[in-house]
Amino acid sequence: MKFLDEFRDGRTVANLVKAIEARVTRPWTIMEVCGGQTHTIVKYGIDEVLPAAIELVHGPGCPVCVTPLEVLDRAHAIAARSGVTFCSFGDMLRVPGSRTDLLQLKSQGADVRIVYAPLDAVQIAAANPDRQVVFFAIGFETTAPANAMAVALAERRGLSNFSVLVSHVLVPPAIAAILDAPDNRVQGFLGPGHVCTVVGYEEYEPLVDRFRVPIVITGFEPVDMLQGILMTVEQLEAGEARLENQYGRVVRREGNRASIDLIAQVFEVCDRKWRGVGSIPASGWRLTERYRAFDAERRFHVDVIETQESAECISGQVLRGIKKPHDCPAFGAGCTPDNPLGATMVSAEGACAAYFAYGRLKTVHAQAAM
Amino acid sequence: MCLGIPGKVVETFREHGILMGKVDFGGVMKRVCLEHVPEATPGEYVLVHVGFALAAIDEAEAQRVFEFLDSMNQLGELDEVP
Repeated sequence: MKFLDEFRDGRTVANLVKAIEARVTRPWTIMEVCGGQTHTIVKYGIDEVLPAAIELVHGPGCPVCVTPLEVLDRAHAIAARSGVTFCSFGDMLRVPGSRTDLLQLKSQGADVRIVYAPLDAVQIAAANPDRQVVFFAIGFETTAPANAMAVALAERRGLSNFSVLVSHVLVPPAIAAILDAPDNRVQGFLGPGHVCTVVGYEEYEPLVDRFRVPIVITGFEPVDMLQGILMTVEQLEAGEARLENQYGRVVRREGNRASIDLIAQVFEVCDRKWRGVGSIPASGWRLTERYRAFDAERRFHVDVIETQESAECISGQVLRGIKKPHDCPAFGAGCTPDNPLGATMVSAEGACAAYFAYGRLKTVHAQAAM
Repeated sequence: MCLGIPGKVVETFREHGILMGKVDFGGVMKRVCLEHVPEATPGEYVLVHVGFALAAIDEAEAQRVFEFLDSMNQLGELDEVP
C-alpha cells in the first residue's frame, strides 16, 4: 500500500542502520513515547539491529494501559446496567478491572459493542432511542477530534440517549513528569507523530528548552523510526537539543486547526491519574460545561470503588523508562496478556505485552560491544 | 491505539451537516469523517484514525526521507547493502 510499503523497505532500513552506526560514539538512551512506536520496534526487531550503544526505552503512550483501574470499574458498572448499550474500541474489551472485563460482561448478557469509530456509537444511539448508549472515550490527543466530533454531533442531532465516559490523557505533561524525576535516564525522545498531527508541536518546544533534551517528532513505520533515531543521535552526538520533525508528510507545526478548535470547544484540561504512574497535574481532558450533559459519569451515578493494584508489578517504572519488561520477575510467568498484573501488559501496545507477543522472553543484549 | 492508516479518498458526501467520504485502504472501503481535512479531494491520500481523517498526506514531504538517503549515498557515506 502506498505510504506504507516504501516505509517498510528492507534496503532503506539497512542503510539507515548503517548511517546510525556511523554516527554513534557512545551510549545513548532514547525513549519512544507512543505505544504504537513500541509495537513497531519490537515487531520489526529494530532494537536488535541497532548498535548496542543505543538503548530504546518505552514510554507511557498507550492510553489503554494508563486508564486507571477505577475508571475501568466505573465503565464495567455502567455497562452491566439494563437499558445500557456500552460501546468501546476493541482494545478495551479484555482489559480487566477489579472484578471483570467488558467481554465477560457481554458473555453474561450485557449489551457491549465494539465500534471502529466514535461516530458509529452516535449512529447506534440514533437507531436505538429506547437505549442509553454510552461510548468509552479514551485516548491521547490523536483520538480527541473523533471523540469530540461524536459529542458535538450528538448535541446537534438532539440525541439525549448518548453519553461518553471520558478518560483522555495528554502527552506533554507525561514527558515533563518523566524528565522531572530524579531517577530519569532518558536523553532523547522520539515524539508522538499522530498526537502532533492533531495538535502540532509548539507545545513540545518549551520541553526541549527547559530540559535541554532533543525531541524528534517521529512516524510509525520502520523507516520513520530509524530516521527519527538517526536525527536524535545526530543531535545527541553534537551536544544539541532541538525540536525536529521527521514526520513531515502529516505533521505541521501548528497541527490541524479545525481539530484544535473543536477539541477546545468540547474538552477542557483537568488533572488525571495514570495507571502505573499516579496523578499528573493538567494531564487530561474532560468535557466542558457546555457538554457536561453528555457526561456518563454524571448520568449514571457510580459509587466510589476501592481498587487494589498488584504489589509485584513494576509497570510504573517501565512506563517511565527506568526498567524494561524483563526486569520484572513476574513477566511471562505470573503476568501474561491473558492474566495481566498491570498497565503495561493489559494492551497489545503496552511494552510488556509487545515483548511477550514477539517472543522477547529473555534479555536482548547479545550484540557485540561497541 | 494511536494507529493511523493512509487511505485514498474515493468520494466525498455530506451527512448530518458533516463532510464524510469513502476511503480505500488497499482495497478495503471504509466510511471516514473528512470534516477536518476539507481540502482532500478524490484521488488524494489522508491519514485516518478511528474513522476520522487527521491530515492530508503531503506527497513531496513523504519523498524527503528517500532524497536524504540518496544524498548520503552520493557522499559515499553508505556502502552497498546486499
